[in-house]
Amino acid sequence: MKKEMICIICPHGCQIELTQEGNALSVKGNACPRGAEYAKSELLDPRRTLTATVRVSNRKDTMVSVKTEHPIPKSQMMNIMKRLRDVHVNAPIAIGDILLPDVWGTKVIATQRVD
Amino acid sequence: MQEHAIVVIGGGPAGMAAAVAAYDRGVTDVVILDREAHLGGILQQCIHNGFGLHKLGQELTGPEYASVYEEMVASRGIQVYHETMVTGLTAERIVTAQNRQGILKIKAQAVILAMGCRERSRGALNIYGNRPAGIYSAGTAQKLINCQGYMVGKQVVILGSGDIGLIMARRMSLEGAKVEAVCELMPYSGGLTRNIVQCLEDFDIPLYLRTTVVQIHGDKRVQGVTVAQVDENRNVIETTKLYIPCDTLLLSVGLIPENELTRGAGIPIDPITGGAMVDERCETAVPGIFACGNVLQVHDLVDYVSEEAERAGAAAAETVLSQSVCREVLATKAGFGVRYVLPQRIHKDGDVSLFLRVTQPFGKVRLTVTAGEKVLASVKRIKAAPGEMEKITLKADALAQATDTVTVSLEEIK
Amino acid sequence: MVYDILIIGGGVIGAMIARELSRYQLSVCLLEKENDVACGASKANSGIVHGGFDPEPGTLKAKLNTLGVPLLYRAAEQLQVPCIQNGSLVCAFGTEEEPELEKLYLRGIANGIRGMKILSGDEARLLEPNLSPAVTKALHIPSAGIVSPYDLTIAAMGNAMDNGVELLRNFQVTSIEKTTVYHVHSSLGQTVQGKGIINCAGGYADKIAAMFGDDHFSIIPRSGEYLLLDKAEGNQVRHTVFQIPSKEGKGILVTPTVHENLLVGPTATAVASPDANQTTPDGLAQVQRLAAKSVPTVNFRQVITSFAGVRASEAKGDFIIEPSKKASNVIHVAAIDSPGLTCCVSIAQYVMELLRQLDFSLIEKENWDPYRENIRAFSQMSDEEKDAYIQKHPAYGKIVCRCELISEGEIRAAIRQNPGALDMDGIKRRTRSGMGRCQGGFCGPYVMGILSQELGIPLEEVTKNGGESRMVLERIGE
Repeated sequence: MKKEMICIICPHGCQIELTQEGNALSVKGNACPRGAEYAKSELLDPRRTLTATVRVSNRKDTMVSVKTEHPIPKSQMMNIMKRLRDVHVNAPIAIGDILLPDVWGTKVIATQRVD
Repeated sequence: MQEHAIVVIGGGPAGMAAAVAAYDRGVTDVVILDREAHLGGILQQCIHNGFGLHKLGQELTGPEYASVYEEMVASRGIQVYHETMVTGLTAERIVTAQNRQGILKIKAQAVILAMGCRERSRGALNIYGNRPAGIYSAGTAQKLINCQGYMVGKQVVILGSGDIGLIMARRMSLEGAKVEAVCELMPYSGGLTRNIVQCLEDFDIPLYLRTTVVQIHGDKRVQGVTVAQVDENRNVIETTKLYIPCDTLLLSVGLIPENELTRGAGIPIDPITGGAMVDERCETAVPGIFACGNVLQVHDLVDYVSEEAERAGAAAAETVLSQSVCREVLATKAGFGVRYVLPQRIHKDGDVSLFLRVTQPFGKVRLTVTAGEKVLASVKRIKAAPGEMEKITLKADALAQATDTVTVSLEEIK
Repeated sequence: MVYDILIIGGGVIGAMIARELSRYQLSVCLLEKENDVACGASKANSGIVHGGFDPEPGTLKAKLNTLGVPLLYRAAEQLQVPCIQNGSLVCAFGTEEEPELEKLYLRGIANGIRGMKILSGDEARLLEPNLSPAVTKALHIPSAGIVSPYDLTIAAMGNAMDNGVELLRNFQVTSIEKTTVYHVHSSLGQTVQGKGIINCAGGYADKIAAMFGDDHFSIIPRSGEYLLLDKAEGNQVRHTVFQIPSKEGKGILVTPTVHENLLVGPTATAVASPDANQTTPDGLAQVQRLAAKSVPTVNFRQVITSFAGVRASEAKGDFIIEPSKKASNVIHVAAIDSPGLTCCVSIAQYVMELLRQLDFSLIEKENWDPYRENIRAFSQMSDEEKDAYIQKHPAYGKIVCRCELISEGEIRAAIRQNPGALDMDGIKRRTRSGMGRCQGGFCGPYVMGILSQELGIPLEEVTKNGGESRMVLERIGE
């Protein structure tokens, strides 16, 4: 089986060709090893880093930006968005503060400082 | 009137990096004038990741990238005037600004322009019909959604496939909006390929190439748009008109360097880049005034903004310290397949980096730098696209041979 | 309460009549169907103070135009409305058109216009170097000028309110009944009572007249499309440059605006409704083509916005300013197309004459104040004056609109000063915030926040221009 994809690891956007024969996977077109890793993961377990915002309860019209510390399964993005809606957070907030301690094995952390 | 060695106008990624570089080069009397309450400029609303891979070796979100430089500014004790808008600049480097405390006048030995860019608005496009609420430039919507926390709409059409438009397609989808389509006038997207994949394909959002919005419907709030395909001369093909119901139209149709202050100081502007004409030190045609970041040329990656700003900051410091010497100057020129080359003039001294954008998407290409008959440099690329900035470094010894205009041109290779 | 006078329609005519009425010991209320005044033709027209050569001698238009020019200049000064007497040039292209120019000149003389002169093409190009080489003769009218029509409307209404007139917005008149007084009903179920009514309903003046049984005229809505260009093009011409007028209107003009932009237009196309203010591909193409005929150097890449305004014309071509033929104490002020803006003060004074002939005694107030402060005065100050002003009013130091350099103080003043802005378009017309090259891209979110704060409403209720024109639809994360 052959599959073509564009690597999204860096802005370069390599066009990758992935061939699967039995259990063996071979990758062509990637400029770096991260491309091969991406292609394999994209086939078997596609993941994305999710970025979003959470409302700061004690500041008017203020959001704090957040991200999943590591990529999460692509299929879970909307679920995590839903969970973020119930998160209440108060300033001050520092970059790296944990907003959700466990989402598919990783954390949702703040990416912005709010004084 | 106050006096400072270096005044940096703008506290976004360019302004911060320039100020830090100037300080580190030995000029400690540097001030940043920023119109916002927090440093970081537009990065504060770019909550997505993908920043810093090239420059910092890690993938950060916009606010995180900004915080790295904010920390550098703070640790050096560089003075920052927040919520301070520069309203005037003269060729004699007198800066007029205003904030809640009053009017500020500063005489500077060197000025670094780092005001960034703005989005092209609807007026610049030929879209007919009503003028209801619900038409936003993508960046304005981004600010309202990411910083203030308000959804501008629930059913969206996006015109223009620039990166901000693509990023907003994903962002609004994640927040529960239905993005009906992204329309692109050109036969190719202006955005990065990775953004087409992770912002559109991940969310099943169709991208219509050679398609534009011809009419906006709705009296008070947008109710729909008519889109249509265009032919190779960009004329609308009437038979392809299609009505798409929506409550919001986002425009992501290009960025324009904000050079009102630059013009006011009488600094010549390059009509292609929309920014000042500079040399490899980012110095404009007016001595002591430097430009960097998106006010100089619209960049695809913030990493390159930081690098350019560091050159500008260091050069401004050298000027203040009287370390720069007058050397022979060569003009640069865009040849076949190249839209522009920056800097517009270079000095024959040391290695020099040329930045350029190509005119259209190409496959495998060779970029060649020539001066008269002499070939100064030649590089190959697997592909080249207008959305991505190219960089070629000229070695000092190669440059030393040049006596003529330095031209960069492109040829397709097998 | 029963008002002495109800004015229907808050365009420049209604507002200027309100201001004129505010001199007298009368209770007056103006009813406006939109969320602000100046929402119809008064916000989207050429903004020209016409010299007065165009109207047929003997018509109401001719009479009120000649009277109106000096009155308008004075009112603009009292109200601190931007207004410049820049003069106009009417261009003839070739020998066929030159006799028309002669006719206009003679008509101008008959209308009592002074200082006009016919220039050769070269003389005209000395005045306006960018004028087309194809211009062979031009009529110069030094008394003509430019004014900001929406600024004038807002200032007149504000001055009227400062002098006691009331303003009811979002009051769309649906029916009127008469007992001893008039009961005017709105689409939202409100009723206001008045002894007399002045109908200044613009495109809908015939519908209002019909409510009194006056059906002898009907309004022909005619759309005019315009292109507004960046300030970088504002110095293409100094004068207002016309072509020879035709039946449809005064032709495509090229003019600087009082805000230093360049304005070109309008077309003149019959449309189905007074609300049909859409721009069209054909219309804007025509504007470009004909504007380039007069001034070929205009750079249309500098267009910042396009818009259309719908003029209220009538078949006979003259203003209709008369008491109702059927109902008592009712005056119709209808079919006020060009040169209506020029005539707004003379029309208002003419209406006062008509009122005197009806049952109204106009007794002057002792304390009438004809002056109004322009909130943009700050922008005209020197740096030293600004500095001193900011020390006392820090909000003026914070720039919100970076393209036009509008401060937070000015935006707050636009909401607090009569008639206060209630929406984004209202702020834009009063301060120019959002009218510059970025068209509100940067300042929009800030201005929304200030409106929400000043009006005490959630951000989701801030509108572009009232009603359903909400800027954002919901709060995220709740």
